Amino acid sequence: MSATTVRSGRLHSKLHYRLQRYGVEAACMLLGFAIFVWSLTPIYNMWLIALSDHSAVFSGALYPETPTWEAFRVVVTQDFWYLQRFWHQFGNSFIVGLSVMFLTLSVGSLASFTVGRMRLRQGWLLTNAALMTYVIPASFLAIPIYRIMNIYGLGNHLSSVILALTTFATPYAIFIFSQYGKSIPMELDESARIDGANPLQIYFRIYLPLMAPALVAVGTYALLLAWNEYLYNFLLLSTPQSMTVAVALAQFLNSDESPWNFMMATAIIYSIPPIVLYYGFRRYMAAGLTMGGVKG
Amino acid sequence: MSGTQQTVAIGRGYAATRSVSRAWFGGVHGADYVWAIAFALPYAAIFLFFVIYPICFGLWMGSSPALYAELFSDPRYLTTVVNTLLYVVIGVNLKMFLAFMLSGFFIRKRWWNKALLVVFILPWATPALPAYMSIHWFLNGQWGMLNSALYEFFNFDGPVYLNERWTGLGANIGAYVWKTTPFWTVILLAGRMSVPQELYEAASVDGATGLHRFVHVTLPLMANLYLVCTLLDMVFALGDFNSTFFVSGGGPAMSTEVLATLGIRYAFTLAVPNLGVAAVMSALPLLIPLVILLMRKLRMSEGQL
Repeated sequence: MSATTVRSGRLHSKLHYRLQRYGVEAACMLLGFAIFVWSLTPIYNMWLIALSDHSAVFSGALYPETPTWEAFRVVVTQDFWYLQRFWHQFGNSFIVGLSVMFLTLSVGSLASFTVGRMRLRQGWLLTNAALMTYVIPASFLAIPIYRIMNIYGLGNHLSSVILALTTFATPYAIFIFSQYGKSIPMELDESARIDGANPLQIYFRIYLPLMAPALVAVGTYALLLAWNEYLYNFLLLSTPQSMTVAVALAQFLNSDESPWNFMMATAIIYSIPPIVLYYGFRRYMAAGLTMGGVKG
Repeated sequence: MSGTQQTVAIGRGYAATRSVSRAWFGGVHGADYVWAIAFALPYAAIFLFFVIYPICFGLWMGSSPALYAELFSDPRYLTTVVNTLLYVVIGVNLKMFLAFMLSGFFIRKRWWNKALLVVFILPWATPALPAYMSIHWFLNGQWGMLNSALYEFFNFDGPVYLNERWTGLGANIGAYVWKTTPFWTVILLAGRMSVPQELYEAASVDGATGLHRFVHVTLPLMANLYLVCTLLDMVFALGDFNSTFFVSGGGPAMSTEVLATLGIRYAFTLAVPNLGVAAVMSALPLLIPLVILLMRKLRMSEGQL
């Protein structure tokens, strides 16, 4: 009698436990589904419009009834008057992105070498300057920088955007580099010194090779920042010859009856390089983020 | 026990002893000093020409008190200030809370959790411009997917979201939350993963379960990181131009503008750059305390972000 109650009690609690676990699992699944829909809806919407023809855009359909690649063909063959210089502008975006990446990496690594390895006494000034730049919103400096670029005679020239964006990308580079640099033993520099290397040689032969993972993380960050940035591109570049894809894309909004399918096809083509880059270097990026972010 | 001790550095841990470097450089002098200065020069130049000079130029542009009188007499400016505060306070805190909770969800080790994380990152990987343009069209009252879906499934006619101030502002904030939650979730996830497992084991030996583990282990260890992230994102949100500009476009009748977009609007649409600078500078009473607090917090963790 007592044995059966014990057993049934145990069974009961086991059942209870199992039910609870299934309940948690189901709730998680539900939450997962909600996250899935929430994350993908705007992206699905982008494809929906890009794959529709002109009339279908204004039908409010939830899926493309007669999907067509026409909009992509128009973009790729530059067959619309906003897109006449599309590939040229795509090239401009690449030039800006790669230049910002290169400048950020060189300026940032040189500065962090001085502060972290050579221990310049005034190094804290540099660190604080970078910290301050990092916490000033870039959009707040847009108006004066626009004026200043004209004073420097760089108006409507790619170099103006390159310099402005390098300014905003370098502080992050300096933090990540000085953080990562701490994991490189000082003894390496010392032994190179004893062998008669000067700081420039130590920088090129020891510092840079050992910093490779951090360089990849920051390089990706700078490239993405430059490619995705809009405000400075828009203010500083205004001719079809000089503008980047971001500006060309936003131009569609100028006209009242914008061909939304062309616009979304352009948007998708513009999004592909950063997404590929992001997922390709996600491991490095994540490492960079944690290096930079999780130092509370 | 502070969060500083849970670095997620990917390299080998190494403590650079100060005495070693002192012995080496002896405070940097002679030829080394020249090298050190030369290496620091590029960044110093960039900082001088593109940060200090613009700041001084801006202060000079926005120095006339008459500008502020003009600003405060503009009703659109007051609307903008309210919008900015709502955007920064509600938007950011809502998102950080969401990100914190989601980081607890994504730490589970099921295969589909990991797969979902890859999808979840997509809004962050997508450039802002296409994403916000898509959301703009998604919310279109007549042809947008949201209202079509509402009509299809619930036979309900949704409002014209971007034609009204509160729904428009909500859309901007929502778009910003959509775009940036993944980033902060990943940061907080890394923070959670760096909490030493032994602490949880010790807690469970002491009989702590579920909620207790969360309140007494996770929360205190994550508090500092959470605070830094929130402050940092407040600064980012304050300067965010894209979501307002591309989702609601500041409309209807400039009722959903925030300071970042209003400054640009004044300067380039209405062609009064000084007023634009003044609008931006009026954010300084909010920005400066944030910046000081952040710089102190960040410097406390040894000058690294």
